[in-house]
Amino acid sequence: MASVARPQTQGVGTGQAVVSPARATKTAVLWSWLTTVDHKRIGLLYGVTAFIYLMVGGLEAMIMRAQLARPENALVGQEAYNQLFTMHGTTMIFLAIMPLSSAFFNYLIPLQIGARDVAFPRLNAFSFWTFAAGGLILNLSWLSGEAPNQGWYGYAPLTNALYSPNRNVDFWALGLQILGVASLAASFNFLVTILNMRAPGMTLFRMPIFCWGTLITSVLIVLAFPAITVALILLSMDRFAGTHFYIPSTLNAAGELVFTGGDPLLWQHLFWVFGHPEVYILILPAFAIVSEIIPVFARKPLFGYAVMAYAIAAIAFLGFGVWVHHMFTTGLGPTPNAVFSATTMLIAIPTGVKIFNWIGTMWGGQLRFTTPMLFAVGLVSQFTIGGISGVMHASPPVDTQHNDSYFVVAHFHYVLFGGSIFALLAGIYYWFPKFTGKMLDEGIGKIHFWVTFAAFNLTFFPMHFLGLEGMPRRYSSYGGGSGWGFWNVIVSSGGFLLGASFLIFMWNVAKSLQNGKPAGDDPWDGATLEWSISSPPPVYNFREIPIVNHRDQLWADKYGTGHGQSHADEETLDVKIAGQTIGTGEVPDEDPAEEARNRLAAGDQHDIHLPNPSIYPLIAASGLFFTAMGLIFSWPRVPVGTIELPFLTLGGVVVLLVGIYGWSLEPAS
Amino acid sequence: MATTAVQRVEHAGGTGHVAEHGHSEHPPTSTGIDHRKMLMWAFLSSDCVFFASLIATYVIYRSRAQEAGVGPYPSEVVDIPYTSISAAVLLFSSLTMVLALAAIQRDDVRGLRVWLAATSLLGMIFLGGQYFEFSEFYQVEGLSLQTNMFGASFFTLTGLHGTHVAIGVIWLVSLLVVSLRGGVSKKDSLNVEIVGLYWHFVDIVWIIIFTLVYLIPYEEGPEGVEAAPEAMLRLMNALPFS
Ligand code: HEM
Ligand SMILES: [Cu+2]
Repeated sequence: MASVARPQTQGVGTGQAVVSPARATKTAVLWSWLTTVDHKRIGLLYGVTAFIYLMVGGLEAMIMRAQLARPENALVGQEAYNQLFTMHGTTMIFLAIMPLSSAFFNYLIPLQIGARDVAFPRLNAFSFWTFAAGGLILNLSWLSGEAPNQGWYGYAPLTNALYSPNRNVDFWALGLQILGVASLAASFNFLVTILNMRAPGMTLFRMPIFCWGTLITSVLIVLAFPAITVALILLSMDRFAGTHFYIPSTLNAAGELVFTGGDPLLWQHLFWVFGHPEVYILILPAFAIVSEIIPVFARKPLFGYAVMAYAIAAIAFLGFGVWVHHMFTTGLGPTPNAVFSATTMLIAIPTGVKIFNWIGTMWGGQLRFTTPMLFAVGLVSQFTIGGISGVMHASPPVDTQHNDSYFVVAHFHYVLFGGSIFALLAGIYYWFPKFTGKMLDEGIGKIHFWVTFAAFNLTFFPMHFLGLEGMPRRYSSYGGGSGWGFWNVIVSSGGFLLGASFLIFMWNVAKSLQNGKPAGDDPWDGATLEWSISSPPPVYNFREIPIVNHRDQLWADKYGTGHGQSHADEETLDVKIAGQTIGTGEVPDEDPAEEARNRLAAGDQHDIHLPNPSIYPLIAASGLFFTAMGLIFSWPRVPVGTIELPFLTLGGVVVLLVGIYGWSLEPAS
Repeated sequence: MATTAVQRVEHAGGTGHVAEHGHSEHPPTSTGIDHRKMLMWAFLSSDCVFFASLIATYVIYRSRAQEAGVGPYPSEVVDIPYTSISAAVLLFSSLTMVLALAAIQRDDVRGLRVWLAATSLLGMIFLGGQYFEFSEFYQVEGLSLQTNMFGASFFTLTGLHGTHVAIGVIWLVSLLVVSLRGGVSKKDSLNVEIVGLYWHFVDIVWIIIFTLVYLIPYEEGPEGVEAAPEAMLRLMNALPFS
């Protein structure tokens, strides 16, 4: 049975007072991270890994923009350019935004619902290590010069072995397959955690809205990812087993072209049945973050909380019925186009509801434009621009013009950068004090925001013009006579500035980690339970599980339930943002967290059970890694019956089984 | 005005939860459903979409063999009586699964072992049947993954279903081994219930696959696809509860 009585492995890095650094050797620290099942540490692992990938994806984008800065440029060739845009898209979607959202889910969900960990801590560790394995597979492709080069949507029949004979597509298909396993495992976990581990009294409609966002995102992942799992299985069968799922004709033994009956459009259907819900998987967590931040800095409860929750659910539900808007130009005919055009326009309604609810929350509030708030309001304004261009190409005739042009590139960057990334940065500024106990520097933060905001618009707004002038996406070059040179220089300069803005951010993080202002438990005067405990939280989160009887529990505790109706008493309120003080200037006579630490140090474990650390999740995930690498390199081959199987794959399966059995046979806590 | 940060309650107090064995008892859940059971339901809902995608692929492609003029066609290879028997075996194994659960809920460990063994044996018979069916199709009828779209989608769909059955069998056998070493008693009946959920699900999926792949006629070429929903309706009307 693990308990907090093992501070030397459990507490390192979460800033526990009980840790004695002298006893924690380097290997012990490393081992404690490899075997950790603490949701907060897993959250940090997700966050740091995803941020590195965000930088990698950004670097890829900047090389592309350097290439496109001038007409007929020859910095990188067409082949390298193909690899760059494919890896950029794949990295940003699957290795940066999704896991960054996951970092917030991991760190915050148990804290917000008043739990000590997630429902399945080892499964949670498995999700992270599997994600790491998938990301590694995708990026190892650079080493053999065979990075995926077919686009993040992997359209058939280009992906067939006939047209893509090298390993590029295999790295992509198997890497994504493994990332899918990671996402599914994480979603099952959060689904159960949110439904089952809420503190006493926390009904579904008393959950912080971030929990709603996470819950619905998990449902989306659970129901959308199997479609791409199947799509990728069929693709891998086409490539490894010689089937013809996605290719209508092939060469027979005599070298003649023969009809097979396979259909490239099946890929597009399966991919976009997953792909459109996927864009909501990317944006709903962002919406949820912003919905936490705006009320706190407007000092008003979220306007129309229930409607917000229903809107999230409605977006998710409708999101499964719009995928054909990615296929308007494939010739499905007027009926499907009309139907899916209508459903696509419909989805703008719940999205619009959310935007108006954020405005409603700010309306009449006491706005504090801190850095998190700036980024949050940044999302509200910039996402809206992307939403509007989305509704524009919801119309098939308009989309026929937009499709495959830079206009679409502008659209999805307004929703993904102006939406998801703005919100994730807002979330980092908002919760960094909780994660680390230090505030990020507000002055640098504001500079960071304004540079990002300006550079973002400089980069992506002119893409609308380029698209309407007919500049196609995915091309590595354009002619000098095209007239596109002017806006392309602007776009590229904006892109480099945007890249530089992240240096400001990293400087802020490094500086604040060194000597940032101490955060205290509740630096922003928050409304949710994570602000009721110390920063960073103790390893067991809550000494005693809180009882919840109000939606904005902490505000209710601090100000009584009347909060939100009247803010006349400004002076008192101002005292409260100052930090540590909880209540009207009265300091509670005992600090519960401090007291708990003392008790734990004294060996009094009370009723706190924590899960054991385990190495098996990492072993199981590495089994998946070797399985996939064996298939990609088809090496070393051993004959099994009539077919040859790669030995590395067989070994990987054995490792996976060792992981699973070790895991199920060891005691969980 | 409240002065405490959050109202608190003793973890075990007030909720009526008493730890039976001193450790590792899960605290009561918000919904009253056990974590692992809910996880299984979430997984199964995901698996529904997985099979829905595969079945859709099969329905789209099964008549493409005729269109391409490359046999063998479905009607030439399927052996309905043979597969009916193996389907019956799998259906029957759902009954033995239920009996296994009922046994352990009565704390009848012997009964659990008998019915677990029976369930895994029936599962293995089903898999054996599939192995012989596949080799018959491959060696005698000349149908492989590469032959035509029917072969590709048939082997993929039924093969992935067979993989599910195989995982179920491994799971059941593992549970049997744990039980033989004395590790399963009445308080662990949830472990049996969860593998049971999985097993019944795999069984239900087979009923759908069996109906779509084997029972519904499709020799008419492309129209066969349109005939499918109609045949489903006919089948539903014939069922006693409709
Ligand atoms: C009001 C809501 C939205 C509408 C009506 C909408 C509509 C569309 C349409 C019609 C397309 C297809 C354009 C084409 O390829 O010709 C598209 C593409 C795209 N959208 Fe949206 N969209 C919306 C929100 C979002 C959000 C929230 C995201 C992501 C966070 C997103 C990400 C994308 C991406 C990545 C593509 C390009 C896919 C590709 O071809 O690679 N969209 N959108
Ligand atoms: Cu879409």
